[in-house]
Amino acid sequence: MKSPFMTVLAGAVTSLAMGTAVAQSDFPSKDLSYIIPFGPGGESDISARLQQEYFTDITGQEAVIEYKPGGGGAVAWSQFNDMPADGHTIIGTNLPHIILQPLAKDVGFETDDLNNFYFFHYSPDAILVPADSPYQTLEDLVEAAEEAPGSITFSGSGTYSANHVAQTRFDELAGITTTYIPYKGTGAAVTALKSGEVSAEWGYSTVAANHQDDTRMLAIASSERHPLFPDVPTFQELGYDLEGGAYRGMAVPEGTPEEAKQRLSEIFGEINQDPEFVERMQELGFFLVDVPADEVDDFLAERRAEYEEVARAFDLID
Amino acid sequence: MSWSFLLAAFTPFNLMLAFVGVAAGIIIGGLPGLSATMAVAVLVPVTFGMEPASGLIMLGAIYTGAIYGGAYSAILVNTPGTPSAIATTFDGYPMAKRGDGDLAVTLATLSSVVGGLTGALALLTLAPMLATIALQFGSVEYFWLAVLGLTLISALSEGATIKGFIGASLGLLLSTVGVAVVGGDVRYTFGSSLLLGGVEIISALIGLYCIPVLIDLVATPDPHLRVSEKASGFRLREALGYALRSKFNMIRSAIIGTIVAILPGAGGSIASLVSYSEARRSSKNRERFGQGEPDGILATESANNATVGGGFIPTLVLGIPGTPPDAIILGALLVQGVRTGPELFTENADISYTFIYGLLIATFLLLPMGLVIGRYAFKSIISIPKAILAPTVAFMTVIGTYAIRNNVWDVLIMLVLGVLGWFLNRAGFKPSPIVLGLILGPIAEQGFVQAVLMGQAQGAVLPIFFRGPISWTIVAIIVIATLYPLFAMVRKHRQTAAKAGSDE
Repeated sequence: MKSPFMTVLAGAVTSLAMGTAVAQSDFPSKDLSYIIPFGPGGESDISARLQQEYFTDITGQEAVIEYKPGGGGAVAWSQFNDMPADGHTIIGTNLPHIILQPLAKDVGFETDDLNNFYFFHYSPDAILVPADSPYQTLEDLVEAAEEAPGSITFSGSGTYSANHVAQTRFDELAGITTTYIPYKGTGAAVTALKSGEVSAEWGYSTVAANHQDDTRMLAIASSERHPLFPDVPTFQELGYDLEGGAYRGMAVPEGTPEEAKQRLSEIFGEINQDPEFVERMQELGFFLVDVPADEVDDFLAERRAEYEEVARAFDLID
Repeated sequence: MSWSFLLAAFTPFNLMLAFVGVAAGIIIGGLPGLSATMAVAVLVPVTFGMEPASGLIMLGAIYTGAIYGGAYSAILVNTPGTPSAIATTFDGYPMAKRGDGDLAVTLATLSSVVGGLTGALALLTLAPMLATIALQFGSVEYFWLAVLGLTLISALSEGATIKGFIGASLGLLLSTVGVAVVGGDVRYTFGSSLLLGGVEIISALIGLYCIPVLIDLVATPDPHLRVSEKASGFRLREALGYALRSKFNMIRSAIIGTIVAILPGAGGSIASLVSYSEARRSSKNRERFGQGEPDGILATESANNATVGGGFIPTLVLGIPGTPPDAIILGALLVQGVRTGPELFTENADISYTFIYGLLIATFLLLPMGLVIGRYAFKSIISIPKAILAPTVAFMTVIGTYAIRNNVWDVLIMLVLGVLGWFLNRAGFKPSPIVLGLILGPIAEQGFVQAVLMGQAQGAVLPIFFRGPISWTIVAIIVIATLYPLFAMVRKHRQTAAKAGSDE
């Protein structure tokens, strides 16, 4: 559709505009296939959709989103390394999924099989209660859990998921016992919260952002307070060393040229700096991070250590 | 003031979107395997460049069209084009086989418009009030609702109840394959990543319904559908006659569809099954159901189109998607920066009401467009030679199945289930109980596990299953539905005995 000349021109103009001379301005030379290992409408989809237009602004090419759901993402991840490795195919990757799934069972891929090149944001873990809940602060909730161990129920999305990890870690940090009830997806978990079926929800700041009218966030697991919720304390402020959530990144298939991988890391890094993109992401409750290709290994090793501890608590590993 | 929103919906651009959306939806929905969810997903990126209200109108129109279009393949090829049209095959295909395919399509069109209007009017007038229904249903209630759904099997497989239950058990078993949402266990994958994603419902539908028809199409010399001599035009007058006589059936089905759609996790397939069994239960011609009874089509098509408007109620008011396509539309709204909730109906009334009027317009458009496209679909199915029809449909089944999750293994599972389904059909096992088990299994399982976990937290498991009027009501209906055939049998037996007595 687009002539090579136009592509080169677009690439050159972009490089000039950004004030950086990029040697590989001929990459990407065609549309990018961006696989989302879940169905449409979820947070992985929404955040990828937001990246889409900025990707086109920078490269002149389209990022075409394809859904490949199944097995909590495992179906797509386990088949990903068979995809063309010319840099024009990438896949969304999620933490803790890509670490916990292979730890727990044989899902057809290992964490190291996925060649991550950038982690761009996370949905910070958060505790939500209904707007009319008697628990005004995190301390109220912890006290109630201390008085009657196991009686405080939390809804959350899925088993061995980010919500489940957060619940397990927090119980340990606070020295309490609560009951985690898994639901199919965040939508079902927040429905259970609103209907009063559970005392609270282990969700994300994104859930709080979408349901501001009838829910209250007690604490958020981001490194600092979220711009959208300046009054909600972080767990660290309250004395609990809990930081993290559902991280989202992107990977290329095994064998993708190193330059292409680096260039992709640069492109998505640039998107992450766009003020408009940042604002739109924050409006939805996401918390941006920048983990480019060179830092991915260290970042994953840190997360891995955390998750292994939790996996032990789950009795998934010895 | 609301007139201004009606006018906003009537701009040429919005009308064009509604028109294009309905047409595209009908065609996508009419092709086996390309479901309403997929139609909406494909169109979402197109709407990003539009005003939120226009984008919503387009998505609503394509959704409406697709749910309606699903009836075509259900009636003409015995394959639900979307899961919502499962129950339409029961009477639609027998009608088509005997030469009344054109009448069936027209009936489906009329009832879809009635159902669609009912759902959209509920959305327009009662949305905030009805949305609270979604919050009355918790884990326990969903568990009981799924059990109630399973009791429909006895109604759907009369005469072969045992085979119906065997089929449902097979469906339940198939639903456990893959990674469990609740509990995270990997089940029945036999160590292969092939089955990790489980049995996808739409691919199972295509396999179990469509492949046996295809095999029969190739294996027998008869024409696919009989052509009736009197068939001419739309048979609109005849269809209107049926529809007027069955207006209560249509309205009741539309209300069932609206309410079921408000419950997240249910959806069009359950709505049409429930309304079908209600129509059958209250009909004077019970025995004609399944043999090509127009009331069956009127019920299912009215109910499934009502789920469009109904499903938007919790989606827009609570931010909780009522049906799978609503989940995608909700995501699209978030990307557009539109926050759902009560203020969508007050502060952002220009978006919500313009959209709702647009949805009403799209539903009205169904009538002329459905009649014309339906006529064309019918004509092509009866005039295309079998040698072309069979491979075309076969091709569509493979493409459609692959497209659902972009997964080759789903195609393999579909083919295996299809061949299995053909043998089971010959042995008297119908596909509907299997599919019902597959759809309801996960709902029942998740509700059960969640309820038990909650019960343990409260220190008493059993009481939670009977925790309020809604669960009591559903349990009561289950008991009645289960015992009803037995009761009817006893009564019939007595009647014949009495008759025999009076004859002597």
